[in-house]
Amino acid sequence: MARRENSEINAGSMADIAFLLLIFFLVTTTMDVDSGISRKLSEKPPENMPPPPVIKEKNIFEVNINRNDELLVEDEVMKIEDIKQATIDFLDNGGGMGKVTETAPASRCDYCNGEKSESSSDHPNKAVISVQSDRGTSYGMYITVQNELLSAYTELRNRYAKTQIKGKYAGMSYVELVALAANSKDEENERLKQVITEIKEAYPQIISDAEPTK
Amino acid sequence: MSKFAKKKKGLPAVNTAALPDIVFMLLFFFMVTTTMRETDLKIQAPKLPNATEVKKLEHKSLVSTIYVGKAKEEDRAKLGTGDKIQLNDKISTVNDIANFIYSEQEKHNPEEIPYMTTSIKSDIECGVGTIHDIRIELRDINALKISYSTRKGDLKANIK
Repeated sequence: MARRENSEINAGSMADIAFLLLIFFLVTTTMDVDSGISRKLSEKPPENMPPPPVIKEKNIFEVNINRNDELLVEDEVMKIEDIKQATIDFLDNGGGMGKVTETAPASRCDYCNGEKSESSSDHPNKAVISVQSDRGTSYGMYITVQNELLSAYTELRNRYAKTQIKGKYAGMSYVELVALAANSKDEENERLKQVITEIKEAYPQIISDAEPTK
Repeated sequence: MSKFAKKKKGLPAVNTAALPDIVFMLLFFFMVTTTMRETDLKIQAPKLPNATEVKKLEHKSLVSTIYVGKAKEEDRAKLGTGDKIQLNDKISTVNDIANFIYSEQEKHNPEEIPYMTTSIKSDIECGVGTIHDIRIELRDINALKISYSTRKGDLKANIK
C-alpha cells in the first residue's frame, strides 16, 4: 500500500467544536459574585451564665420595626431616610467616659463631633444598637434598616480615618483602606491591619438583634 | 480596460483560519470568569434585597447557601403559601438546618470550619421570623458567620 502524502489535517470544523464548548459553558455557568451583608452571630449563652451587665438606657439605641414595616426609633416614628443621621448622632455623641479597653483606660471620646448630650450615648464603644423586629416584618425592610445602620458606622469610620490617621495612610477613607488591604501584599499588610483595627475599635459595630415579637 | 475586467473573478473566500482561535479565546474567558451553577431552585427564585454596604464573599467553597422564599406557583396548592426553606436540592424545615451544616462541614478540613460562612438568600417578602429561626438554629450549632445575600443597588426597591 502506497503511503499517502502527508496532507494537512482539515481544521475547518475546529471552530464548530469550540463554539459547542463555548455554548455549553455559557449555559451551565453563572457570572454573579455572591455578595452580601456579613454578620457574626453571638454565641449561645451557657445555661448557668450570670445575667449580663445592665446597660444604661442612654447607651442603647432602640430601633423597632413593626409588622407593617413602620419604624419606631427611640420611641419616635421615623422615616427610613432619617435613621442614618439619627444613628450617627447617637454614636457620635460622646457624652461621657468610655469603656476600659486593653490598651487604654476609660477616657472621653476626643474624636467625636457630637453634641455631648447627657441623654445620649457616652462613648462609641459603649453605644449599643438594638433592633427589635416583628416576625411579620418583611425581610426587605429589615435589610434596609441593617444597611442604614452599617452605612452610619461606615461614615463615622471614614471620617475617623481621614482626620485621625497620620503617616503613610493619612487622608484615606476607611473604605479605601479596606480595599487596599484586600489587594496588598503580606509585608505591607501588618501596618495596614493595625490602622484598620484602630479605626474599627474607635467605632466598634455593636448591633444586636432582639428576638422578634410574635 | 480589459486589464481591469480580467481581474474580476468573484470575491475570494474570507480566511477563517483564525476563527477557532477567537472562539477558544472567548471559551477560556468564560471558563475563567464564571462559576458552575450549583443547585436547581425548588422554590420561586428569591428576589434579593438591594444594599449599599455589601461585602464580597470570598472562598466560594466555604460558603453554604440557604434559600428562603415562597413555593412555586404550581406547588402552592400542595405546600401552602408560607415561607419555604431550601437546602441543597429539596425543600426542608428549620430542623434540617443543623444536619445540612454538619454535612457541609464534613466536606472540609477541621481548621477551615471556623471560616465557613452561611449565606442566606431570601426573598424580600419573607418574614423576619423565618430568618430568626434560621439564625437561632445556626447559633445552636456554632456556625456563627452568616451573610445576608444582597445585590448592590437602590434601597427603595426593598420596600413596597
